[in-house]
This record gives sequence, structure tokens and C-alpha cells, in this order.
Amino acid sequence: MTTELLSGADMIVRFLQDEGVEHIYGYPGGAALHIYDALFRQDKVQHILVRHEQAAVHMADGYARATGKAGVALVTSGPGATNTITGIATAFMDSIPMVVLCGQVPSTLVGQDAFQETDMMGVSRPVVKHNLSVQHPSEIPGVLRKAFYIAQSGRPGPVVVDIPKDMTAPNERYEYVFPRKIKLRSYQPPQKGHAGQIRKALDMMLSARRPVIYSGGGIILGGASKRLTELAHTLGFPVTNTLMGLGGFPGTDKQFIGMLGMHGSYEANMAMHHADLIIALGARFDDRVTNAPDKFCPGAKIIHVDIDPASISKTIQADVPIVGPLDAVLKEMLSQLEDRGAKPDQEALKQWWKQIDEWRAYHGGRYRTDDSEMIKPQAVIEALYKITKGKAFVCSDVGQHQMFAAQYYKFDKPNRWINSGGLGTMGFGLPAAMGVKLEFPEEEVVCVTGEGSIQMNIQELSTCNQYNLPVKIVCLNNQSLGMVKQWQDMNYESRHSQSYMKSLPDFHKLMEAYGHEAITITKPEELEEGLRKAFAMKDKLVFVNVMVDPFEHVYPMQVARGSMKDMWLSKTERV
Amino acid sequence: MRRILSMLLENEPGALSRVVGLFSQRNYNIETLTVAATEDPTLSRLTVTTIGDDKVIEQITKQLNKLIEVVKVVDLTEGAHIERELMLLKVKASGAQRAEVKRTVDIFRGQIVDVTSSVYTIQLAGNSDKLDAFIQAVGRTCILEVVRTGVSGIARGEKTLTI
Ligand SMILES: Cc1ncc(C[n+]2csc(CCOP(=O)(O)OP(=O)(O)O)c2C)c(N)n1
Ligand SMILES: [Mg+2]
Repeated sequence: MTTELLSGADMIVRFLQDEGVEHIYGYPGGAALHIYDALFRQDKVQHILVRHEQAAVHMADGYARATGKAGVALVTSGPGATNTITGIATAFMDSIPMVVLCGQVPSTLVGQDAFQETDMMGVSRPVVKHNLSVQHPSEIPGVLRKAFYIAQSGRPGPVVVDIPKDMTAPNERYEYVFPRKIKLRSYQPPQKGHAGQIRKALDMMLSARRPVIYSGGGIILGGASKRLTELAHTLGFPVTNTLMGLGGFPGTDKQFIGMLGMHGSYEANMAMHHADLIIALGARFDDRVTNAPDKFCPGAKIIHVDIDPASISKTIQADVPIVGPLDAVLKEMLSQLEDRGAKPDQEALKQWWKQIDEWRAYHGGRYRTDDSEMIKPQAVIEALYKITKGKAFVCSDVGQHQMFAAQYYKFDKPNRWINSGGLGTMGFGLPAAMGVKLEFPEEEVVCVTGEGSIQMNIQELSTCNQYNLPVKIVCLNNQSLGMVKQWQDMNYESRHSQSYMKSLPDFHKLMEAYGHEAITITKPEELEEGLRKAFAMKDKLVFVNVMVDPFEHVYPMQVARGSMKDMWLSKTERV
Repeated sequence: MRRILSMLLENEPGALSRVVGLFSQRNYNIETLTVAATEDPTLSRLTVTTIGDDKVIEQITKQLNKLIEVVKVVDLTEGAHIERELMLLKVKASGAQRAEVKRTVDIFRGQIVDVTSSVYTIQLAGNSDKLDAFIQAVGRTCILEVVRTGVSGIARGEKTLTI
């Protein structure tokens, strides 16, 4: 075999080709120009030119959440690199696999306060799974292998690669071999769960009287939603999902009791509080889930399965901890269950379901429609669900609209609900939707947003134009930073400090300027028709500006520092 | 409770900053920290003393293990172990003081490693309590400068921390 001699820049591009990366998202600049030149001289890897580096990272993130594979972004040093930080932190909080390639000033200038120099290793360190810097061009294939391996294995996460410009110099060539395998002595993610612990967990599951399966983003990241569904069906247990776990268990299944937590369903939060066994699968007992930890589920024993041992017993002590990949652990559970041939106490389960169904009947996601002439935001999501037949990729921004989307769109499949859960990044929705649409051009991709969030990355409408990305943007326009306003209504006697968005742009003119379509819907009776019209324009990006009731709040809402069951169910009803 | 966490990490640029960054980022406490390469130049040995209850120490250990460059972590305080710290100090020593300081150094089995007409430079090794006691004994007022290395430690007996 003849060995190939390539420059560092060519190695990077060649590695991406060999790795099977089809799209990368980025923005050029001085320190990255050798790499951009190498991109120019080939056509296997397509580069998408965004309008702001934050959007490049969110695009990579959207791609990763929809496919499970690492998304790749490429930026220059200094401001290019620092602009990616919010996107990297967003991916980090939600454990999304991603590789961010950052140009850096030449190694000879590092530390000199050179033009466009920032210490990207230092700046990114707290928000990455790992970061690597290239010390010699010949190391590039190995460094990139390591970056992809770390990003995609174990508990996934973003990896930054810092590449000084001289590492990519065109006239310095080194041997290139695509490294297929890598082993790190200091990093060995678990491959399976402890069989003895799994047996103990099953003992508890078989003797539980009021069990709840509480599953999170780990089910989706770990590709375990089929096995979760099988396990839940075999046992007949109710399942609640976290915000990150929606779609991990079918949203239309009768065993699904909705999302849990701060804006979780009444029945999910009640079931959690009264449970005698909680089976946490790929979830991390986030403070938006548990409410006050000392009042959390007083009568429950806890089984906690996670690939990351540090997530177990971090906030809530687990009685049976199991460290391992979700899919492998659930597989083992199912097989042990079959061997035993045992069933949980059917009579107790029947009672438990009777109770849950009563809670369901009491609330059932109701919202008031008689207090306003205007469109209710919840109704927009219900109509969207109907028109897209529940099959769309829904990429959300952050705010009330996000919670309504999570509550009222029922996801039957994993990887379809794409939102910034951990960091809560406004501006995430549109670029994430773009990353998904590029990969799934035939599927409906919707960005559910607010008039606040959309303006945080609105420049990407230009990118959508350039690459023909006909996503549908459904804007729940309440003319305010609704979620902030809701907190001010509830905690600050309605003093709406800076939560109004006065002087909104004319979205129709704005869309026209970018070459897109816009529809404004103001009346409830026009809602479905308006949405249908938008979705009928298959090849167009359509901005659907839905004027919704600006006074609406998201309910249920847990009472601060209370237990799971302490909730506001409406502006006047507290349980 | 005071704990001594000892770890092996890849001797790579940036590895130390990750460990230190983790402690500040997660609001863990660092009392002392020492680090140097081992007999295998690709590995560093890092010892940190910290304070926390069992739950906190468990989290610190797990979070440290999560850092890609950390190869192994042990809590030396869980078993029998030896800990040592080295201290160098300059002490005022003139007139009658000279003999008095010398006597104290001898009692603590330290060494005077440099001398001028008015200053002794003293070297003392031991566990941290012993070094604290020495500072008490000579008295704050005559101490000019103190340099302590921080704790390093090793398990007693056959137990070793290797890869
Ligand atoms: C980058 C960023 N800045 C601030 C916030 C705090 N925040 C959370 S929700 C929200 C309001 C969002 O307004 P809008 O997009 O109109 O959504 P709505 O709540 O009105 O549906 C704000 C400011 C945030 N999540 N992200
Ligand atoms: Mg709004």
C-alpha cells in the first residue's frame, strides 16, 4: 500500500470524508483558511455557511439529536471560537455528541496576545466533555479519531479541537492513515450493567405496588426506546418522560402519563409523589424535575440506571444504582424477567392504575378557552399535531411555547422532539431545525418558537435561503417574553420588568426580504386553515405568525420548594 | 471530614487545569495540592486534600474519574496510609533566640539548612499537624516566611496505585 502524504488541512478534510461526515456547518476566518481551501478542493464534504457561529453549532446539534451521530462545526479563532460557546454549552448540558473544530493562531504566536487569539482550550473547558489541541500536523488523524470517539461514546458530549494555523500549512505534508480504532487507558465507558444489581432491581420491580418508570434523555441517546417500550409493556407499569426524554416512550401509548416536573402533567407528578418504586432510566433528577429534593417522593425506593456513575445519587440517593448503557441494561432486565417467568402483583397494579386514571380524569391537560377571544397557544400545538399527523420533527426554542409544545405534541418516536432542555437556550430552535431539515429533506421539520426567541438567531433565514431549507416556523406570538412575564405575574405582583417586546418587526416584510413566506393567524377559527396553508407550501420556508392570548400561563406549574404534588393547575387553583 | 485523594493522570498539557477547574466549577474545596511526574514519565501523580462529607467525596471522586485524562483515583484516608508534607521556613534568630530556635528544630527533628547572622532557614517534614505544631512552637512573631509543599501520601503495606 502506498502511503499518502497530505497537509494538515487536507488531512482534516480527508478524515471527515473517511468518517462519513457529509455536512459541516461553519464560518471562515484567518486561522481556518488553510482548512477552507482544502474544503474548496473537494466535493464530498459539504460546508454550510451560517450567518453566526452560534448557529453553526446549533445546526450540528440538531443533526446530532435527530440522527444520534456527532455533528461537526468549523470556525476560526478568537471571535469565531467564542461565538460557539453558547452552542457548545447547550450540547454539553444535554449530552449531545459533537465535534467543534476551531482555528487558532499559529503555535509560534500562541500566548502573545496575537490578533484573534483567545485561549479556546481554557474558555471551553467547563462546557465540553473534552478538548484537544493539535501539537503537530502528523497527529491530526489520531486527534480527530479521539475527538469523535470521546464525543460519541459513553455519555456523549461536545469535544473541541483547537488547531493552530501552522498545523494546517499547505506545504508541510505527512503520512495519512485513517485510524479506525482507538483505546484510551484513562477512558473506558461501561459496556454493560452489573447482573446482580439488575436482579436486585427486578426483585423490587416485581414486588412493587405503585411503580413508576421515569425515563429521560439517556433512553434516546442510548437508542433504548424499543427496549423501554417492551419492558413497560411486559410489566404494565406507567411511564413518565422528562422534557429530554419525550418520544423515548410512545406519547400516545395508554401507559404514558405525560411529562413530569415543573410543568409536568398532573397525573405524572401525582403518580411520582405517591409511588413506592421509581425506576429512573437515563434521567438525572434535575432540579426542574424533583422540585425540593428533601420533599421528593417520600415513600419511594429508587432504582437508577445511567451510563454516567456521577449522575447516580448526585441529588437523590439511589437504593439500587446500576451503571451501564441503557440498552444493554434493559436487554438484561428483559431476559432475566423472561427466565423468571414472574409477574408483578396484578391486583396492586390494577388499583394503582385506577388511581392514576382518576388523576388523569381530574386534569387531563385541560386549559381554559372561555377567558379570551384570542387563540390559545395550547390549541396551536394541538392543531399542529393534527396537521402534521404527529410525525414532524419539532425543534423548539425556549419559553412558554416550548412547554406547550412538550405538553401537547405527542411524540411516538425518539429523536423527533428537539429542544434545549438543560441550558434553555433561546435561539436554538431555528438553526437546530435547519440541521435536521438538511438531513431529512423529505420530512416535515417545524420550529416552534416565540417572537422573542426567534430574534436571537433570525439572521439564519438568510442561510435557509441559500441552501433551500424549507422549514416551517410556527411562532406563538404573545408579544412578550411570556415565560418571564409568567414568573413576574406569579412572583413579582405582575411587575413586567423588561418582559415586553415593544417594536416587533413586521414579520411579513422581514420574510419577504429574506425570500420566504409569512402567514399571520389571529382568529381561532382560522387556525387550522392557516396552518394547512403553510404546510401546503412544501418547498417554501413559511413563517406562521400566530397571535395568541398574551395572558396565558403554562400549567400545571409546581409550587417552588414544594414536593412533586404541589402544583398550580390554573391561575386560581392550587393543589 | 478531611480526605486525601490521590490520583494518576496523563502527563499532558491541560490535564492539571481540568482537575483544578473541576474543583472551582463545582464548588469543591482544595486545602492542598501537589503534582509531579512519576517513574513513568507519561503519568503524573496528583494528591489533593479536601474537606467534605461522604456524599461530597463520592461526587468529587466520580467527577474526577469522569475527566478523560484521569486514569485512577483513590481516597487514601479510607485505609492505613502515610502522609508527608515538607516545609521550608525562615525564622528570626539572633542573640538568645538562636539557641531556643535550634532546640525547637531538634525536638521536631527538623534541619537548619541555611544560616546568616540573624536568620535560620529551616527544613521540616511530617504530617500537616506536626508542621502546624512547629509553627506554634517557634511562634508567629519570629517567622519571616513559610513555604509548604502540601500533602503527598501513599497507602501502607502492599497496596499500590498503579495502572
Ligand atoms: C439566551 C437566553 N436568554 C434569556 C433567557 C431567559 N428566558 C427564558 S424564557 C424567556 C422568554 C422567551 O420569550 P419568547 O421566545 O417570546 O417565548 P414565550 O415564553 O413568550 O413563549 C427568557 C427571556 C433564556 N432562556 N435564554
Ligand atoms: Mg413570546
